[in-house]
Amino acid sequence: MKKEKGMLVWICACFVLMVCDFPFAYANEEEVSLDKANIDLTDKASLQRGARLFMDVCSGCHSLKYIRYSTMAKDIGITNAKGGVLDEVVKADLMFVGDKITDPIISAMTKEEGVAWFGTAPPDLSLEARLRGTDWIYTYLRSFYLDPKKQWGVNNTIFPDVAMPDVLYNMQQQLLKEPGGQAKFDNAIRDLTNFLTYVAEPIKLVREHIGIWVMLFLGIFFIFAWLLKREYWKGVHSAREDE
Amino acid sequence: MQILNPLLNWIDARFPLTTLWNEHLAKYYAPKNFNFWYYFGSLALFVLANQIITGIWLTMSYTPNAEGAFDSIEYIMREVPWGWLLRYLHSTGASFFFIVIYLHMFRGVLYGSYKKPRELIWLVGMLIFLCLMAEAFFGYLLPWGNMSFWGAQVITSLFGAIPFVGDALVEWIRGDYNVTGITLNRFFALHVIAVPLIFVGLVIAHIMALHEVGSNNPDGIEIKAMKDEQGIPLDGIPFHPYYTVKDLMGLAAFLILFCAVIFFIPDMGGLFLEHPNFSPADPLKTPPHIAPAWYMTPYYAILRAIPNKLAGVLALALSIAVWFFLPWLDRSPVKSIRYRGWLYKTALFVFVISFLLLGYLGLSPTSPALVLITRIAATLYFLFFLLMPIYTTLDKVKPVPTRVSGS
Ligand code: HEC
Ligand code: HEM
Repeated sequence: MKKEKGMLVWICACFVLMVCDFPFAYANEEEVSLDKANIDLTDKASLQRGARLFMDVCSGCHSLKYIRYSTMAKDIGITNAKGGVLDEVVKADLMFVGDKITDPIISAMTKEEGVAWFGTAPPDLSLEARLRGTDWIYTYLRSFYLDPKKQWGVNNTIFPDVAMPDVLYNMQQQLLKEPGGQAKFDNAIRDLTNFLTYVAEPIKLVREHIGIWVMLFLGIFFIFAWLLKREYWKGVHSAREDE
Repeated sequence: MQILNPLLNWIDARFPLTTLWNEHLAKYYAPKNFNFWYYFGSLALFVLANQIITGIWLTMSYTPNAEGAFDSIEYIMREVPWGWLLRYLHSTGASFFFIVIYLHMFRGVLYGSYKKPRELIWLVGMLIFLCLMAEAFFGYLLPWGNMSFWGAQVITSLFGAIPFVGDALVEWIRGDYNVTGITLNRFFALHVIAVPLIFVGLVIAHIMALHEVGSNNPDGIEIKAMKDEQGIPLDGIPFHPYYTVKDLMGLAAFLILFCAVIFFIPDMGGLFLEHPNFSPADPLKTPPHIAPAWYMTPYYAILRAIPNKLAGVLALALSIAVWFFLPWLDRSPVKSIRYRGWLYKTALFVFVISFLLLGYLGLSPTSPALVLITRIAATLYFLFFLLMPIYTTLDKVKPVPTRVSGS
């Protein structure tokens, strides 16, 4: 009995070591170290600022085809006191293409145009946060640098020879003129990253919320199952004790 | 209950319901000393049921063609009510199936459950294991993510190593020159109906074989050798209610772990749902590092450790096939590890470490130094089996008592 328990401990230890070590890197993550985004999915104001920035700057090229304007608006809190989506606000502030609020967020740029202009079509970003990771997006958007050899005059430290222009350059330069400008820029990127992380799995907060109740229920269920087992097994003795 | 009796009699006159109930539950006498390792059989049944039920509901919203597959998965995740839960139950269930089955098999090794008279339980179990791997492999292509695509591309290409017929065989399996929508279509057919049918049939055979000879136990003692006047094993207790309530408790504990993953970390940091699979299949974009799902990596590591493709494929096949011969490789007079000597214990310990190491190595990109470690681990893996007839004969075993100990 002792030996087997020892074995179990060993196996668990090996397993934990393996899992903790997480070598299952996101694509391209192998060598670069990423900055922590420290996002907060419950911060609706941040999500709204992120959505705003995305629609203003990114949606010209990138789609979020797996989410609808209405779903997004509801989840990030563009709602009235009763929880209904404020259609007019969404249409005025966030919807630049498409006509129905239940439409998915599709960019006006077609794939062919993208290929013609950039050499590669700007990919859909609905799942970017699950494909590359939240920290990767945060780092990527803050890693553009000037490189006159490139088509758009910029390059990126964690995405060498990137085909995307540094679309936030003007905003960044504007902010850097103010005191604390870098922090303000980082915060704007954090909001944007937060928003893209939400888009990658809109159900996440609901899932975790339900999960807590499920855990509570299962904990109680386990206690009752254990009591039931103990009750039934009262009469069963070890054979060697019988002898 | 009284009112139901006539109904039961009516059924029993036409179908052996009470007989089946008694044979497999109420009067199936199981050793009273089952421990932790004995939960995994019933848990495997539970996970199997979970896969089948969630699978049916996923099928209702899934589109099995190259144009629609990836989109339909996101449709399930976002638009189908509770679709995300169905999908996570199924994807997490696949990984947990392997965890449960590996522990279940390891129990067999610990207590010599594969030895006479349970060889057939073991062989049927191994067939189930093959089914499980096939099922997981076919299922892995269905989301049509980039890792799905490249994984299938790499694994199907392995058949190309077979001399003469290899290339034709690969094409026949894929139904095309490459993995395409045609491959996806047929993998869907195999995943949702062909393999599950065989799977369920084998599970039934597995349990019938088990109930024919009776369960082994942590002491490796045949409880049927010591019976009372009524012919009931002295160390046996009826499966129902004793083990039904005990397994219920095990299920509760299992569900706590299972649901913790589902609700809080369903992709397990890229282990249960791999990151590259969140972009659609793209024949022009090879992921920087192609690895199969974690439960296949020990065998994949063996494949990669060998420079010659055909030899690698043969080693891979052999690494799984050797398990079938376990009942005949083990020459020890005792079953349970409790009564074996240090030789066997050391061999098993080294084997477990090398198996885990291989799994770990198969996950990550290789380097020359890692290849060397992989080769050593692979050698140790095979030596466990190949040397088994020798060290189990030489091993000094302890005397086995006639009655089981308390658990
Ligand atoms: C002018 C068009 C354009 C705009 C505007 C634009 N992008 Fe891009 N983006 C691209 C192109 C083109 C690529 C493809 C780069 C490549 O593959 O080399 C890209 C790639 C990306 C990637 C990497 C995708 C991957 O995993 O390969 C991310 C993340 C991204 N963009 C985010 C953004 C965000 C956030 C914004 C808004 C601040 C934005 N983009 C605005 C054109 C644009
Ligand atoms: C879907 C997969 C499987 C299911 C549902 C299943 C189910 C079961 C059940 C219910 C038992 C009795 C309870 C127990 O002893 O834990 C059992 C016993 C057993 N199984 Fe499995 N099994 C599966 C796969 C396998 C595999 C892959 C193997 C090994 C190759 C295996 C080998 C055995 C052996 C040797 C026993 C007898 C154990 C003993 O009496 O000590 N099974 N199985």
